[in-house]
Formats: sequence, C-alpha cells, structure tokens
Amino acid sequence: MRKKLTGLVALAATAALTLSACSSASVGSSGGSSDGAGKSIKIGVKFDQPGLGYQDGSKHTGFDVDVATYVAEKLGYKPSQITWVESPSAQREQMLQNHQVDMIFATYSITDARKQVVDFAGPYFVAGQDLLVASNNTDITGPESLEGKNLCSVTGSTSAQKIKDQYSKGVNLLERPGYAECVTALVAGQVDAVTTDDIILAGLAATPANKGKVKVVGHPFSTENYGVGLPKGSKATCEKVNAAIKSMIDDGTWQKLVDKNTAGTGYTPNKQENPPAQDACA
Amino acid sequence: MSEFLDILKHYDVLGAFWVNIQLTFWGALLALVIGTVLAVMRISPLSSLRWAGATYVNIVRNTPLTVIMTFLVLAVWTQLKISLAHDFALNFFLFAVVGLGVYHAAFVCEAIRSGVNTVPAGQAEAARAIGLPFLAAARIVVLPQAFRGAVAPLGNTLIALLKNSTVAVAASVATESSGAMKTMIEFRPDYLWPIFLTFAVGFVVLVIPIGLATTGLSRRLAVTR
Amino acid sequence: MVGGNIVGGIVVAGIAVWVLVVLAGKGQLSPAMWGPAVDARAWQFYYLPGLENTLRAAAFATVGAVVLGILLGMGRLAHARAVRWVCSVVVEFLRAVPVLLMMLFLNAFFGTAMKDVVADSAFTAVVVALVLYNGSVIAELVRSGVGNLPRGQAEAGLSVGLTPGQTLRSVQLPQALIAMLPAVVSQLVVVLKDSALGQIISYAELLRSAQILASGGGNPLQVLFVAAVLFILLNNLLSWVAHRLARRLSGRTAGRTQVPVTPDVAARRTVRPAAA
Repeated sequence: MRKKLTGLVALAATAALTLSACSSASVGSSGGSSDGAGKSIKIGVKFDQPGLGYQDGSKHTGFDVDVATYVAEKLGYKPSQITWVESPSAQREQMLQNHQVDMIFATYSITDARKQVVDFAGPYFVAGQDLLVASNNTDITGPESLEGKNLCSVTGSTSAQKIKDQYSKGVNLLERPGYAECVTALVAGQVDAVTTDDIILAGLAATPANKGKVKVVGHPFSTENYGVGLPKGSKATCEKVNAAIKSMIDDGTWQKLVDKNTAGTGYTPNKQENPPAQDACA
Repeated sequence: MSEFLDILKHYDVLGAFWVNIQLTFWGALLALVIGTVLAVMRISPLSSLRWAGATYVNIVRNTPLTVIMTFLVLAVWTQLKISLAHDFALNFFLFAVVGLGVYHAAFVCEAIRSGVNTVPAGQAEAARAIGLPFLAAARIVVLPQAFRGAVAPLGNTLIALLKNSTVAVAASVATESSGAMKTMIEFRPDYLWPIFLTFAVGFVVLVIPIGLATTGLSRRLAVTR
Repeated sequence: MVGGNIVGGIVVAGIAVWVLVVLAGKGQLSPAMWGPAVDARAWQFYYLPGLENTLRAAAFATVGAVVLGILLGMGRLAHARAVRWVCSVVVEFLRAVPVLLMMLFLNAFFGTAMKDVVADSAFTAVVVALVLYNGSVIAELVRSGVGNLPRGQAEAGLSVGLTPGQTLRSVQLPQALIAMLPAVVSQLVVVLKDSALGQIISYAELLRSAQILASGGGNPLQVLFVAAVLFILLNNLLSWVAHRLARRLSGRTAGRTQVPVTPDVAARRTVRPAAA
C-alpha cells in the first residue's frame, strides 16, 4: 500500500514534467516558425486590435505590424524570420525586461515613466485621443459634447476617465477588455462613441465588418508618441531602428502604410505632428 | 499597517464589497426562484418537463460563468440590443445579476433535489393518496421538508455565489471588488500585498459566517426520522 | 398524464422556437454571421489553439492541486496539533478567497516581484490560482475520504503495531484516494471552467481566443456559442468519466465512491442529520 502512494506521487510528478515540455499555443499564429535559417527576431504586437495589430488567421495585419515588418527588413530579417508575440498593454515592460521579445510595436506611447525601465526608438507615429462615432452622427463633435451620451473604452485605460474628469461629467461609461468590442457596440447602436487614440479608431473603422458605418471625429485632444519598445541598454539597435523609420518616412512607405490601414475611413493623421522626427537614442 | 489605512482612505473598498453583497443578494434571489422551478420540473411526473429541467442543469452547470457573463454583454446586449436599464451602471449590474442567477439556479436545483432525496417516498405517496394534485403535494408536503434537508448544500451554493460575484467584472461591472482590485493594482503596484490581503480578508470575513450559519441552521432544521 | 406531457413538450418546444424566431428576426441566423464562426480558419487559428491553452492550464492545475490537496489533507489529519491548525487555517483561507482575486494578484505578483523567475505571468497565475483553490477542495476530499472509511480499517492498522501516522499513510490514505478519485475527476470540471477566468488577465485560453476571433468579425454571439458548446462537451465527457470511475472503483476500497451532487461548490463539512 505504501508503494502505491509513492507511485501515485511519482506519477503526478512525471505528468507535470511531461506537460511542462510543451509550450504555450499562440492563438491565431501558424505555430512554430523554425525556418532552419537560425536567425529570427521576436516582435511584440497587439493581437486584438484590427487595423494596428491583429491576428487574422495565419496572417498578422495592421499598421504596427507593417511598420515592424519594414523595420525588421532594414535590420536584415525577412518576414518569414519574424516571430510575432502578443504584447498586452499591461505586460509590455515586463516582456522586454525578460527578453520574451526583442522589440515591441504595440501602440506604445513614449513616456518618462516607461523610459526608466525600457528604451524607446522612434516615434514612428504621433497619435492623439479622439472619438469614433456612427457615420451619420452629427451632434458629437468633441469631448465636450458627450454630456448624457454613452461612451465605451477599455478597462483600466485613463482615456475614458479623462473625458469624465475634464470634459463631460454626465457621460455614461462602459468598459470592455478590448476596443474591438467597443466598436461592435457602437455599430450596433448601443453606445454613442468610443474613445482612444485616433489611429486605433481609424484602424478599427477600416475593418470589413465596420467599414462605412463609423467615422473618426477628427479633433484629437492629446498627443501620444508611438515608439518602438526595446530592452534597456539597446542604444545601437535603437539607432538602427531610427534610421529604418527615417528611410520609411522618406521613401513614402510610411504614407502608404497609413493609407492602406485606414483606407475608406476618410481619416488623415494630425498633419502638424506627422510624420514625426525621431528622438535621439538614450 | 499604514499601507492598509492608506488603501482604505484612497479607495472605496467597502463600497466595492457592498456591490458584491448586492450582486449576491439579487443573484441569490433569482437563482432561488429559477432553481426551485427547475427542481419541481425535475421531480414532476411529466417526462418532457423532467427532460427540460435536466437539460438546463446539464448545460448551465458545464458552462463557465465567465462565458455566460461575456455572452450576456457581447451577444445579448451588444448584438441583440436587449437593454435592461437606460443607465449603464444599472444595466450591467442587472446583467450580472441575471448571469449569476441563471448560473447558480442549476446548483440550487441540484441542492433542492438532494433535499428531496431526504424526504421518504411515503410522504409524497401519502399526499397523493389523500387526493392532492402534484403541485399541491410538492408545495405543501415535499418541498418544505426538502428545503430543510437542503440547507447545507444551499449554503454552499450561496458561498459560491458570493465568491463568483467577482466574475461580474466580465459583464462590465467595474465597481465590484475584482474590478476595483484590478484598478488599484494598476495604479499602486507598490501596495500589491496590502491590496490583495485587504480584499482576501474581506471575503474570508463574509464567507465564514455564512458557512457557520448554514451549518448551524441545517442541524437545527434537520427533520428527525 | 399523456395530455400533460404533450402540453409540457409544446411549451418547451415553443420557447425554443420563439428564441430561434427572435434570433432570425435580428438577422443572427444568417450564414454571413455563422460562416466565420465555424469555418476552418476559426478552428485552426482560434478555437484549437485556445482549447490547447485551456487544457494545458487545466492539466498543470490538476496535477498541482492533487499534490497540494494530499499534502494539506494529510496535514489536517496529522497528529501534531500545530500542523493540523496551520493546515486548517490555510485550507479555510484558500476556500474563502475568490479564484479571480487570486489570479489578479498572482498575475501582478509574477509580473513584478518574480519577473526574473516566471516567463509567462498570465499562464502561471492561472495555474497557481487554480492549484491553490482546488488543492484546498481536494484536501477536504482527502479528509472526508479518510473519515468515511469504516473505523475497523484504522483499528486494524493500529492493532498490527503501526503508529497513527503509518496507519494514515499505509492503510487509510490509499483507500481514501481511490474512493475520492471520481470526486477528483468531477473537480476537473471546476478547474476547466475556472480556467476561463484567465480571459480577464489576458491568458489566451478558449474564451479569450474566441473573443479575438469575434473582434474581427463582429459576431460574438455565434463565436461565443461555439466556445460554450466546446466547454459543455468537454465537461460532459469529464462527468461521464467520473461516473464510470465511481462504479468501477467501488469494489476496490472500503470507502464510498461517489460523485458529489454539486461539484462546483466546495463541500463544507457535511452535516448528516442525527439519526434518531
């Protein structure tokens, strides 16, 4: 009987070891990307933001993904050598710190607080908080006109709170885990507006399911400098990435990628800020 | 210790618990109503109703509550455009109550059924023999005894419901304790331990008395045979 | 009685038809909505990887919970009062704290304080939270499993000269473990269901991968329906295994093998009405 119990524990331990041999399945990706070439780069992007970073079956689409592909190419990586890794907002710093990813293109705003723990190349885009409304809506023109309206934003984001605190106190707030769910609610007419950075809204508006049904208001009321997140102490890489971004802007690819990912929405990025000049690497 | 006071001063922790208590109260009420109806269906002489009751329990019991909550907001509210209230806060609170009620009704039903099993078959037979129709026999004779026998499992279900009320965050109720805790951790990561312990101890304080009360009650109410 | 049965059947079928009519009226039954929710792309890139992550988290959690449960359960039956007391406090605490709160806490904890040790904080948080809660439930199963053995088993152990600790390990526990196996399998249903809480901390399990799929297609109703069906089928399979196991094992232990009525609810001390 004694043996049986030890055997059971041993069995459990073996099972645990066997299980730990397999690694996490990546939702939406085509599985392992072992090319045999040996050289590969792990890039963190969003998986759930159509228009910026989205897992569309085996493909990755969106502005961030396109920019990342261009930059990686300049750094000497073919698209087949890129491994896409999901980088949820709350985990970006952590993923860079333990080298789960080599760089991050995920609507990542450059802030002083973040600069303490990670390095940034870029910016490659200057976004601003804006509103997305139904395409036939005329009475919402900015954050002040949301009194008594229904507004959706993502859980834990400061953008919705900002509207409540600074512009329209009587706004009805809904929080969902992802922007796409907010837009679904907007298309269904259950909320009047969705708020976050304009390029995110434009990207969502450009998806086939939403095309023609929603529009970006076009009065951004903040500036967010999207940078490329790098592990601390990546000055050399940072300079190479900045050079790649500059050539992307100069050869017209930047404009093409913006147009491609916001096609059909009538959206144009804030002309005064875009395309941005890159900061010096720390 | 000062961290705990700081947390209680800057965040409405008690308010967050109060939302969970309200969710639990209304959710329990709804679950009790649906669950009792299901239990009557499952012991009824009509096989179609027995089948319907069993199917409900089997489906709901095997669905994660998180899926139910997400479904209510994304499918029922967003896609089918069914609203329960004009005010958003109230609307999602009510959806969360519906989710909790629908889900725990399956467990209430099973609890009552286990209570029915403690009632000897002779009781129901005697009731039918003196001419009571099924519903009257259930209402007057079987269920009152069954509820007494079901106090302990019903108490367990209530405790589960209280704990599961934290899943309301999946139905966009941002003010209850898991939503509040998430926000607090995001803004004060340095207070991670005090924040967790505050909420954890809060739940221990709420759960233990329910456990003790139902244990005591079930002893007192047990039908001596 | 037949008449009543027909009426009951019509009512039930009527409700089902009404739901379908409402759905059709809102355009929810169209192939455009269902196609992207059930085609090969949805399975290959969303449901199956999500399911794989759900099953992986559940498998790790189950193994861990059984180990933790046996340890805590033995601790609660230990001879030394201090050990008994500490284990009781731990078990009561873990059973009272909602799993979601543990997950939120652990996700932040692994992501900050433990970031050099833990590679994937969301996955680890899901697994550890499930281990802690279900371990405490299994600890209670161990305790009641030993308690449900006929007293003669312990007496026999003691009378052949074994110490109480040896009796527990060599005589009572092995039989209690077999008796509680069906209950452990049905506890798996709880593990599997609670793994869906991982969605809230962005763990890419079945529910979250379904949501990502729906965010591109604008069809959450259809996609979540498929995800729910997968959960239900899987859990039904587990319940069926639990019942088969209970029947097969009943001859191999002096304890009672049974599947608890409400596996979702951590059974608190079972109170049996005093026999008169």
